[in-house]
Amino acid sequence: MHLLEPRANPSVIMRWASPALAVLLTLFVGSLLFIALKKDPLEAFRVFFIDPLNSAYGWSELLLKASPLILIAQGLAIGFKARIYNIGAEGQLIMGAIFGGGVALLFEGTGSSFALPAMVLAGALGGALWGALPALLKTRFNAEETLTTLMLAYVASFLLSWLVSGPWKDPGGMNFPQTVMFAATSQFSMLADGLRLNTSVFITAAAVAAFYLFTKKSLLAYAITVGGEAPAAARYAGFSSKRTVWFALTISGLTAGLAGIAEVAGPIGQLNLNISPGYGYAAIIVAWIGRLHPVGIVGAGLLMALLYLGGEQAQLALQLPAAITGLFQGMLLFFLLGCDAFIDYRLRRRKRRTVAATKPAVPVQEAA
Amino acid sequence: MIDHLIPILAGTLAAATPLVFAGLGELVAEKSGVINLGVEGMILIGAIAGFAFATQTGGGAGAGLIAGAVAGTLAATLFAILSLSLGANQAAAGLALTIFGIGLSAFIGQSFVSYSLPGLKPWDIPLLSDIPVIGRILFHQDWVVYLSWVVALAVAWVLAKTRLGLLLKAVGESPESAHAIGYPVIAIRYGAVLFGGAMAGIAGAYLSTVYTPLWVQNMSAGRGWIAVALVVFATWKPGRLMLGAYLFGGMTILQLHAQGLGIRVPSQLMSAIPYAATVLVLVLISRDRKLLQLNLPASLGKSFMPGG
Amino acid sequence: MLTTAPLDHPPPTGEPRLQLLHITKRYPSVVANDDVSLTVMPGEIHAVLGENGAGKSTLMKVIYGAVHADIGEIMWNGRQVHIANPAAARALGIGMVFQHFSLFETLSVVENIALVIGGKFDLPALAERVKSVSEKYGLPLDPNRLVHSLSVGERQRVEIVRCLLQNPQLLILDEPTSVLTPQAVRKLFETLRQLAAEGVSILYISHKLHEIQELCDTATVMRGGKVTGHATPRNETPASMARMMIGRELPVCHAEPYTGVSAPVLQVRGLTQPTDDPFGTPLEGIDLTVNSGEIVGIAGISGNGQAELLAALSGEALVASDMVRVGDKPAGALNAAQRRDLGLVFVPEERLGRGAVPSLSLTDNALLTAHRQGMVKNGLVNYAAAKDFATRDIARFDVRTGGAASAARSLSGGNLQKFIVGREIMQTPKLMIVAQPTWGVDVGASAFLRQTLIDLSRQGVAVLVISEELEELFEICDRIAVLAGGKLSEAVPKQQTDAEAIGLKMSGLFAGTTHGGSHASA
Repeated sequence: MHLLEPRANPSVIMRWASPALAVLLTLFVGSLLFIALKKDPLEAFRVFFIDPLNSAYGWSELLLKASPLILIAQGLAIGFKARIYNIGAEGQLIMGAIFGGGVALLFEGTGSSFALPAMVLAGALGGALWGALPALLKTRFNAEETLTTLMLAYVASFLLSWLVSGPWKDPGGMNFPQTVMFAATSQFSMLADGLRLNTSVFITAAAVAAFYLFTKKSLLAYAITVGGEAPAAARYAGFSSKRTVWFALTISGLTAGLAGIAEVAGPIGQLNLNISPGYGYAAIIVAWIGRLHPVGIVGAGLLMALLYLGGEQAQLALQLPAAITGLFQGMLLFFLLGCDAFIDYRLRRRKRRTVAATKPAVPVQEAA
Repeated sequence: MIDHLIPILAGTLAAATPLVFAGLGELVAEKSGVINLGVEGMILIGAIAGFAFATQTGGGAGAGLIAGAVAGTLAATLFAILSLSLGANQAAAGLALTIFGIGLSAFIGQSFVSYSLPGLKPWDIPLLSDIPVIGRILFHQDWVVYLSWVVALAVAWVLAKTRLGLLLKAVGESPESAHAIGYPVIAIRYGAVLFGGAMAGIAGAYLSTVYTPLWVQNMSAGRGWIAVALVVFATWKPGRLMLGAYLFGGMTILQLHAQGLGIRVPSQLMSAIPYAATVLVLVLISRDRKLLQLNLPASLGKSFMPGG
Repeated sequence: MLTTAPLDHPPPTGEPRLQLLHITKRYPSVVANDDVSLTVMPGEIHAVLGENGAGKSTLMKVIYGAVHADIGEIMWNGRQVHIANPAAARALGIGMVFQHFSLFETLSVVENIALVIGGKFDLPALAERVKSVSEKYGLPLDPNRLVHSLSVGERQRVEIVRCLLQNPQLLILDEPTSVLTPQAVRKLFETLRQLAAEGVSILYISHKLHEIQELCDTATVMRGGKVTGHATPRNETPASMARMMIGRELPVCHAEPYTGVSAPVLQVRGLTQPTDDPFGTPLEGIDLTVNSGEIVGIAGISGNGQAELLAALSGEALVASDMVRVGDKPAGALNAAQRRDLGLVFVPEERLGRGAVPSLSLTDNALLTAHRQGMVKNGLVNYAAAKDFATRDIARFDVRTGGAASAARSLSGGNLQKFIVGREIMQTPKLMIVAQPTWGVDVGASAFLRQTLIDLSRQGVAVLVISEELEELFEICDRIAVLAGGKLSEAVPKQQTDAEAIGLKMSGLFAGTTHGGSHASA
């Protein structure tokens, strides 16, 4: 029978307890997995969650990885609130990298201090354009953004692959599919010696503040929420659904594009085939775990970054496949969605059949 | 020219077969009002399960396909629990399944990277395979291709001619009405979603045990998403779905033969064509809102939790 | 006469067809049925009377197997039965005609019926049976038409024929006349009397007192989940039954004549709009004027262009600029927000999901349309002002709720409607458009809402009401027009017309329309 019944008011406690519960469940199933693989779960968790953070370098890596995840998820969250599912942020990240990287190649050898700002602008533009394209297809032709954003992500990755193995290939790069290394003026500067963390993290910090203000205070953010919760109510109030589509897809493309340029002008320093370990997809999970809330996303981004670092550690220390990170990401999202059911529903209370029953239950006769 | 074309067209059928299976499965699920965006994940899970089972047991492609179907069904069960029993947003649950499937298959697949399988030999259908040209294209295929035709015919027949087909359509249009007249909406949707999972699992196992009989991480390469798009393109009709699948199969094969045909486009850009074409096809079909609205299962993507 | 004797009082003759004994059904927040008993004899037409929320529908679902009682017994032809699900109910011989139809739009009539009838899956043979049964009972139907092309009245025929094909011994009809013209109601009653004469028992759920008096042999009255009395409707007056139903006198509205200046506020000229929706109704040449200080009512059965007309008036759908004028400004090309800036407010028939966002708080829902009342500056929202607005709305319009932080979906239909109507009125409109103001609202709240609309109009506001309830329109409106098949009749003063004349127009019979020209009329 049906196990759940609706609550009159959504549970505020469950809204925030749900992600914590999902993490605990993931850890629990993770321990079972480690036991099955004949690894000591406590040891494994130490390797996964403690070891990566016992040095300044570790913390720097954590922020370095969390930064693009948080940045992309901020943009995605806007769309998800409106039930506009941009799942091709990976493609917008790549286009941001291509546009920004292209500008870096243009500035090659000039030593101009305008190089980096121009790259950042170009990266934002590239991502925004790649996000605006599905917006055009949706508002003009009614094409589902879920499918078009994802398909365009494949197109972007093939485009990158062609550029770095064709026209933009480093002539001195032993035929590897990559561009030349960018000049120092085309890269974000490091925050400290020996650490890879760079100034692009300030872009993320500024974005968090901006998105926080936007969601808390603006009428547009309210209109977007209404559009997602009840499209007919948005039409009734006169909130334009097309504007929401354009805004949500363009802004999420823009943040993904910024993340892309931050990667190639940061830790990577060139365009190659491995500019993202799936940040565009992982950011989808970050947005949800963070409750589509600008501050929640920061926490979720740090957690997800830790999973990446832990996965790398586990590969070295425990000889576990690095793909375990992806497995944990998937489990986390599964458990989160499951726990989220209890925000709007609760377990059906048992019927009090015995109370006030005047007679013992007569054996029931099955009709037909 | 004909000599050149026969292998291309014959190859098209094999290349399209995973799309046929996965697309038919998704079509049935969507008919019941459930959109499962986890097809890509289910294909990958089916692919690694089929490959692992076939290599470990030596049972060959047949055993692999069965294992793939079972694994795909289990994966779909996860999605069904979330979206049908717990009322989770279908788009989110499907996406979660895809992310999970990519992770799980990569995790298990790590131990199978160096294996390979023999694949399948074509079966000549007596008499039919002797027809000039057409016989070599249509009736000189492996048995799974023939199986896909049987499944397509069965799905088309059930949807058009049986009470079950009518019921699927009814549940997909209005779960509230179906519930009111006493049909177990959730159970019916479970059935449709699990069938979709089995089909996606077979699609994946076909990829890893027959089409390119080895395991490569992420080997489905977006086929699950293309299958979802094909269902829209097909306006939820099995016949049109087959047509769409063969069109896309043809594009995949064409890029392999591009050099031979004298097409001088960089291979990376050729590889992007099926994905760009998917976008184009979606745009062409979706712009006709009336056509979509007449065929779209009206409750598609909306969660239904029976009260009372 | 009102009988106070308990129900187990032996019925006059023979064995009861159906007996409910001490049925109780609890939901988390409400006891829907509290120790309910009733008896129906073969061939008896038995009314279950009660206002919205009295527990009638739950009781019928218990009989039909869609809901299981927590406590109580069901006796069927003298035998105790457990009705596990609707299929089991149908197998016993219980048929149900739903209030909100349980038909599938994209399937044909015969396909819809096949989903309920067991046996071999043979559509052509079934189509023949549908034809013969529908002709026998005067309910003509084409089995191969798609349901979305049928009028609401025809859909009800499909539901009834679907039940009749199973040779029912008991037929349950839940508020069957709300979708019918007065003329169609008479035809339905003929069919029901024919069935009763053949020995079929009928359970007739309604809140319409005069219909029950005309049709039913006996009545069970419910209030707040309990049985409050049994009656023989022929021996009662509507007033005495109303007292049983609501526990006090029926509230009446008072309308003073309007004495202020009367000027056109809403002018619709030649509004014609083809529809994109394959299931929609196109609008044809609609002319309408609503003046300040009056209430104009639009009667008609939903599905005759009501949704399209409302969208075209509210701005949710755009039309040619001069087709709709608000005040002295052409407004047809303005969107809903821009029309609101001209002083138009609107209460849609769907409260949850259109008039209010179910998951959001009342504060957030106040913001939905009232944000233009100084709650937004430079694109930023002043949530304190929104909360204040919601709190004032709750107090002024007597909204029973936990407070401004409650989610809209936690309110009862009547209270949410009061909140929405309040939110719109507090924006000091020039023109107010209201669709189905009292759908699913209890009698007390309905009277309050109707009086509120009258008072508003007497302050000089132009009010347009679209409703399926003829009695309501006659109670509050100054002039009444009819929308049928996408065409609107001329609005005539209510003193110059009556329910009979309006009913004829609802079938599409009025000047400027061709008879039978529309498939959508009832």
